[in-house]
Amino acid sequence: MLRRRYLLSGLLLLAILGIWQAVASLPGVDHLTLASPGETWRALRDDSHLLFSNAATTLLEVVLGLAIAVGLGAAAAIGMHLFRPLRDAAYPLLIGSQAIPVVVVAPLFVLAFDYGIGPKLAIVALICFFPVTVNLIDGLRSVEPELVKLMRSFGASRLAILRKVELPSALPYLFSGLRVAATVSVIGAVFGEWAGADRGLGRLVLLGINQLQTPRVYAGVVILMAMALLLFAAASLLQRIAAPWSRAELPA
Amino acid sequence: MTSSLEAPAKEPLSSSKATIVLEGVARRYPARRRRDEPVAALEGVDLEVREREVLALVGPSGCGKSTLLEVVAGLQDADEGVVSALGAADAQGRRRVCAYMPQRDLLLPWRDALGNAALALECRGVPRAQACRRAAPLFERFGLARFERARPAELSGGMRQRVAFLRTLLAGRPVLLLDEPFAALDAITRAEMQEWLAGALADEPRTAVIVTHDVREALILADRVAVLSARPGRVVAELDVPEARPRRRREVAADPVFAALEQRAMEALGC
Ligand SMILES: Nc1ncnc2c1ncn2[C@@H]1O[C@H](COP(=O)(O)OP(=O)(O)OP(=O)(O)O)[C@@H](O)[C@H]1O
Ligand SMILES: [Mg+2]
Repeated sequence: MLRRRYLLSGLLLLAILGIWQAVASLPGVDHLTLASPGETWRALRDDSHLLFSNAATTLLEVVLGLAIAVGLGAAAAIGMHLFRPLRDAAYPLLIGSQAIPVVVVAPLFVLAFDYGIGPKLAIVALICFFPVTVNLIDGLRSVEPELVKLMRSFGASRLAILRKVELPSALPYLFSGLRVAATVSVIGAVFGEWAGADRGLGRLVLLGINQLQTPRVYAGVVILMAMALLLFAAASLLQRIAAPWSRAELPA
Repeated sequence: MTSSLEAPAKEPLSSSKATIVLEGVARRYPARRRRDEPVAALEGVDLEVREREVLALVGPSGCGKSTLLEVVAGLQDADEGVVSALGAADAQGRRRVCAYMPQRDLLLPWRDALGNAALALECRGVPRAQACRRAAPLFERFGLARFERARPAELSGGMRQRVAFLRTLLAGRPVLLLDEPFAALDAITRAEMQEWLAGALADEPRTAVIVTHDVREALILADRVAVLSARPGRVVAELDVPEARPRRRREVAADPVFAALEQRAMEALGC
């Protein structure tokens, strides 16, 4: 079953690469806008040191930003779950936060902080906060009312119900949120670097565009995709370790 | 037999004073939409349960059996009438003397059987490790030996029900309220579990109210059977069951006294 899954993924990837190569070799295709898979591969190989040292910076931004989003998101979700008025008041703001045009505010963040890692973390956290918080709130509320009733009949305190029943039940939901957050986090880091940075894959890609190094741009994008995939897989793996009773989505 | 469960009943055995008293109890659920009528689940229920008596509550589906049990357990308040359990008339006081076992086992999937059984103890403030140590010796007696580490998904329906019952018992309350403990089981397992529960209640005497659909089950388990009418539920018949517990299923099935009782219960149910 699993083998077939990977086989199909591989075949699809090959097909896409084939089409990509074919389109890139059509006469009249501008090599400044479209690099072929071969050229991309050569860029990956020749600039590997440059690419991967910048990727490390971006990965650090993403992972730290995600950690902040999970910490703040968990606190917000638990707070909103325990205090109904807080949820009623804060939920619209939470949704509103998703409408903030990150591309536009990113430069403001850079102005407010500096060129360092701070604004990138803020942007990644801003994007990832929403899926984490909303999923965790849903998870906390998904507990069967019967179970809460049972806990009350055992004389459990509100906090004991949260700890022993609601949080464990919400764990699979948290991981669903984390998987969504993991994939969008990479975009967040790139936006942050575009707004102003002295290193990182996003900055490298931007420079590559300005300097017409198209294959390097494509190589950077490929690495960003791989990063998102890796983070998604890591979230799934973490779920299997932390919540083995729930079924984690298989990583691609 | 020395019990490894703390015996919660301080009162002398076989006294006939009432442990649970319901007088004129009514419970109405508010209507979901404004133009609907409220749902009257219980109306004018009078009932007494004596100490260490096992009372079976039978009635048609939807007649308010679960509601009645939750009212006694202090998980809901009656809209009218008086409810008291061991003298406690307020919901919080009733919660402290009653252990309630819901219609479904509601075991926590992330805990093993031992951890699930220990849950009620933990809620009383006993640390996890200690709660498990206290629950462990009972696994043998309840036919669960070697399944301490199994997760609920790995247990059979009957075993899950035994774990749920053990958890309820470990709440250490003098009154047990069991809501259709075997409804989800197949007929063979249910027959086994009925005798098993009859034995467990003989080992661990408690005041108990057991809700069931099944008159035969009521006659195996109970000292007395109360029959509820269709909604809104009220008590339409009370039948004393002769002969000492625990009873065996086969005896109950063969004995004409029980057959006559079953007949009367079915008549009261309108069957
Ligand atoms: N939370 C609720 N809100 C509104 N109506 C309810 C609620 N709980 C129960 N009812 C209604 O009250 C009536 C009695 O319900 P209850 O669950 O007590 O019946 P029951 O005798 O336990 O039924 P069953 O044998 O199917 O378990 C039913 O008609 C049900 O629709
Ligand atoms: Mg019911």
